[in-house]
Amino acid sequence: MRPTAQALFAAVFAFVLLVIVPWAIRVTHHDDFYYTLSSVALLAIASGGVWLTFYIGRINIGQGAYALIGGYASAIFVVKAGLSFWIAMPLAGVVCALVSVAIGLPILRLRGVYFAMVTLVLTEVARLSALALPITNGAMGITEIPPPGPLGLFGFNLLPSFASFANRNQAFYFLCVVMMMLCFAALYRLVNSRVGRLFAALRQNEDLASSMGLNVPALRVLAYAISSFLGGVGGAIFAAIAQSVYPSSFTVADSINFMLNCFLGGLGYVFGPMLGTLVLYFGWDLLFQAGQYQLLIYSGVMIILMLVLPNGLLSLRFSRKKGA
Amino acid sequence: MAPILQVKNLSKAYGGLIAVNDVSFEVERGEILSVIGPNGAGKSTIFKLISSFVKPTRGEVLFEGERISGLAPHIVARKGVVRTFQETTIFKGLTARDSVVVAHHLRSRANLIDYYLNTAAARRDEDEFGRSSDEILEFLGLGEVKNEIAGNLPQGHLRALGIAIGLAANPKVLLLDEPFAGMNHDETRRAIEMTRAVRERGVTLLLVEHDIAAVMRISDRIAVINFGSKIAEGKPAEIQSNDKVIEAYLGVEDESIGI
Repeated sequence: MRPTAQALFAAVFAFVLLVIVPWAIRVTHHDDFYYTLSSVALLAIASGGVWLTFYIGRINIGQGAYALIGGYASAIFVVKAGLSFWIAMPLAGVVCALVSVAIGLPILRLRGVYFAMVTLVLTEVARLSALALPITNGAMGITEIPPPGPLGLFGFNLLPSFASFANRNQAFYFLCVVMMMLCFAALYRLVNSRVGRLFAALRQNEDLASSMGLNVPALRVLAYAISSFLGGVGGAIFAAIAQSVYPSSFTVADSINFMLNCFLGGLGYVFGPMLGTLVLYFGWDLLFQAGQYQLLIYSGVMIILMLVLPNGLLSLRFSRKKGA
Repeated sequence: MAPILQVKNLSKAYGGLIAVNDVSFEVERGEILSVIGPNGAGKSTIFKLISSFVKPTRGEVLFEGERISGLAPHIVARKGVVRTFQETTIFKGLTARDSVVVAHHLRSRANLIDYYLNTAAARRDEDEFGRSSDEILEFLGLGEVKNEIAGNLPQGHLRALGIAIGLAANPKVLLLDEPFAGMNHDETRRAIEMTRAVRERGVTLLLVEHDIAAVMRISDRIAVINFGSKIAEGKPAEIQSNDKVIEAYLGVEDESIGI
């Protein structure tokens, strides 16, 4: 895509999310949709992180751990340290990135299914730690997290306190959607820069990359830290919306879903996780009608989709374009 | 002048199995030295020891007088000792040109943040890498196929691409892992020309190879390995007439051709 086409596409996308969707919600009086779509946006951010670890050739089923750590970190910063949400949120991401460096250095030496298995365990470790540690308040979790306060920058008031909004769900919706767009713009820039090509080289062949002088362990950890940062930011905003965080806020099932979102959207496309999250989230809800068969149908459809569309939903659009 | 690469009393044991036993040789600046030996003689292990993908049990490798054994592979590459891999080991999913551009990493002057923000320094690097990649690809006869996905290229081109990726890293010593394996007569001839041309660029070459005929034609000197130990070293003519070599290597080779 040429830069002008990119800018146009981004503008249309932002217009739809920031103007069309709120308008549609007001007309149809489906106010609960704000909450649903906020969740989708946050899950998409966390999935975007998982996508980046796929990009360096690692199957990551541990993003739930970082979402949980991010949620707890921001809750503790806000409730116990009295920090503003606007500082606590990025700080929670940084905490996750730091934790992921410590965890990633040893485990990123593993490849394939071995790495995947270890990450799968991480989510459970995070949950059990949240239950056991004194600072996380065990099974009671951290509740009554105050809503985000006013956001100021260099003395200018950019946003009033969320408590003052009549429609708080709408305010959160805008926050989540803007954050999602920022995160994915940053990811897009990353994979289209030389850094992205270095990451791609890692995915293709780590031995060859290191013999070309690439510091493979450092680059791997960098990608994993960015991935975990996104997981942490997603978790932090989630905790703010729910005004609470519990050990069960993010579980192994969430970690698996983050991964499935990437598969479904397409591992070859940076915006894949966004589409994957949207489709998967609503697909699951729609199947609620099927009652006890919900999981069966859901899993069956996922398996079929992976067989028929191994490169994800976005490959539909791109393969047709190529054929034309 | 001092040798560019010195292999000193190198040994590697895997448990009780001694893969390489007290091997020493030196590579002079600008020469082509080949390490040959029958299958399982320990050639590949020597290769991995020199490029530091494997740590020696005893002994050491010196590059320009400095010990490189035990350093991380990317540090060894940074110093100027770059290895290639056998045939299909390339960046399969990237185009030929992108592979070579990525491999210019060691010539980077900008850092990762520059690249992310696409600063002037990053753009200067990118321009330079692009130009240099085009030159290298042209040099190795890959100009026509540079925008193909590497995984789709035929064998001959893959070998050339492997060398192109190696050259992009600006090596002083380039280690080639079986550059003639599985090639027919014509392909071998072209590969030999290519290897000589690489030497003309001022790169010292160390080959690990199985194909004796090709090695005899291209090498300045040859070291012969059998059962992990060096049994001979010298000019091709000396190796050809060495009784030990004929017994240990050529005899076995005759049989293996029949299989």
